[in-house]
Amino acid sequence: MTATLPGRTAMPHASSLKPTLAARGAPATRGPGGEPVVEAREFRFSYGPTEVLKGISLGVARNAVTAIIGPSGCGKSTFLRAINRMHELLPDVRHGGDLLLDGQSIYAPGRDLVDLRRRIGMVFQRPNPFPKSIFDNVAYGPTVNRLALKRDLPELVERCLRQAALWDEVKDRLHEPGTGLSGGQQQRLCIARALANSPEVLLMDEPCSALDPIATQKVEELIFALKEHYTIAIVTHNMQQAARVSDFTGFFDSGELIEFGDTDQLFTAPAHERTEAYITGRFG
Amino acid sequence: MSPSATGSDATLGGARFGDRLFKAALTLTALAVPVLLGFLVFELWAGSREAIGEFGLGFLTSSEWDPVEGRFGALPLIFGTVVSSALALLIAVPLSLGVAIFLTEFAPMRIRGPVSFLIELLAAIPSVVYGLWGIFVMIPFLRATVFPFLKDTLGFLPFFQGPIYGPGMLSAAIILAIMVMPYIMSVSREVLLAVPNTQREAALALGATRWEALTGAVLPYARSGIIGAVILGLGRALGETMAVTMVIGNRHEIAASLFAPGYTMAAAIANEFAEAVENIHLSALSYVALTLFVVTVLINAAARLLIWRVAQGGGGKSA
Repeated sequence: MTATLPGRTAMPHASSLKPTLAARGAPATRGPGGEPVVEAREFRFSYGPTEVLKGISLGVARNAVTAIIGPSGCGKSTFLRAINRMHELLPDVRHGGDLLLDGQSIYAPGRDLVDLRRRIGMVFQRPNPFPKSIFDNVAYGPTVNRLALKRDLPELVERCLRQAALWDEVKDRLHEPGTGLSGGQQQRLCIARALANSPEVLLMDEPCSALDPIATQKVEELIFALKEHYTIAIVTHNMQQAARVSDFTGFFDSGELIEFGDTDQLFTAPAHERTEAYITGRFG
Repeated sequence: MSPSATGSDATLGGARFGDRLFKAALTLTALAVPVLLGFLVFELWAGSREAIGEFGLGFLTSSEWDPVEGRFGALPLIFGTVVSSALALLIAVPLSLGVAIFLTEFAPMRIRGPVSFLIELLAAIPSVVYGLWGIFVMIPFLRATVFPFLKDTLGFLPFFQGPIYGPGMLSAAIILAIMVMPYIMSVSREVLLAVPNTQREAALALGATRWEALTGAVLPYARSGIIGAVILGLGRALGETMAVTMVIGNRHEIAASLFAPGYTMAAAIANEFAEAVENIHLSALSYVALTLFVVTVLINAAARLLIWRVAQGGGGKSA
């Protein structure tokens, strides 16, 4: 049984992470039952007549990485995007149940969207830097949200680029366009840009799906390092990735949360038959 | 093996011949454009040789236009063309951009299609119809309400002084604005639609408002395309003949007041060509045409340069 588990056996660089991140598990021992930063309560979501999420209840724990896995079309990205109300651009969407950030409803009437999205940063599937300089990309959030004085921006930009492990590669060309970087660098730039808002929660929607293996490894190491300061929810297609970077994992299928728990537990001894079928590659 | 090989060789040879023929035909059609352009310039130059010999470059700076005495100068025409087009853009660009932004970013889904279709329909109206509408509907309206209002409120400016005739520079600019709007609107709408949604999402996810996402992410991304749209409109405005000649007043004169009649190069050519009997008059009109050609080319070249510079500055070298 254990031999067929791709997640635990295929961890090419897990050992290289361990020394720098010896704390793996330490802050994460607060299980899903602890005080969650983001909490879904019977959350439902539909596009037009199609119900995509059918009553999801889970908590995203503080300073930990929570991964959401599942086959295509299972609603995992929809769930992630619902957390910072990214669906608002689309017509004809409805939701039911509730999503809470620090115990307060994200969908409460009169909720300040700008403030919500400042507190919940997002990294998208494809790197989407603005066609501006690297510096201006990172400074965008603090500028529109008036979080920093103009003279403090250089320091802030440097700190975020360092946190995103990009500083050394770009420090000599901060004023060149961010779109000129490689794919992996662009994605780390997007992470730095999200960090510049000092969000409480960082949502990552398949952040590595457009990257090559080396760039993926860098981003994964980064995710691992970031949980010291941030709460991270990541959607991924890649089960090994979920196994490598996350503390908790939720398995979605057809709009339902099939299983949610400690990552090691879920990958080694799944409680549910469908979870086991999925992680052993029998479907999805 | 070998028969099929020769067979494929034969078809390959046939394809090669067909390809060559096709390439030659396409090259010919492509060459036809610059050749035609060359002929056009040559004809204009040949036609205006007499006037060029008579007036030289002074033609471009003289305001005299006297067919009886045979003295001609094109400055009022150049002035009229440039001013009416510039004013038209001044009116049309904010309106068209506003509509394009509304239709792509804010309008409810179900009205987006019908509204842009209606606006694009404006481009299909023949310009003589615009001219007639201008004479019978727009000018009486402007003369009765808008112009007096402008004169009362902004009359301290030289642009809004003097008698109100009706036909004049401002009337021409307004009708031109209506005519170029559909072009600018529909091209900028296409450009805005082409901005990837990930750009909007990136800005919104960083806590930008809709307005900030628009001005900070969407418009900069679309910048060079929007300038292209404006230039398309400018090209239309510079060359528009019929509607302008019907409402501009057709007087060879440079006036500060926008209420005063003026003239444009295109309008003068269309109006006077049939009446010109003297060779020098015909030649002078040909010279005007050559000037219009050169002015249009210069303005378009400058605009291209602008787009190129903007694209360079805006991170145009994206991967």
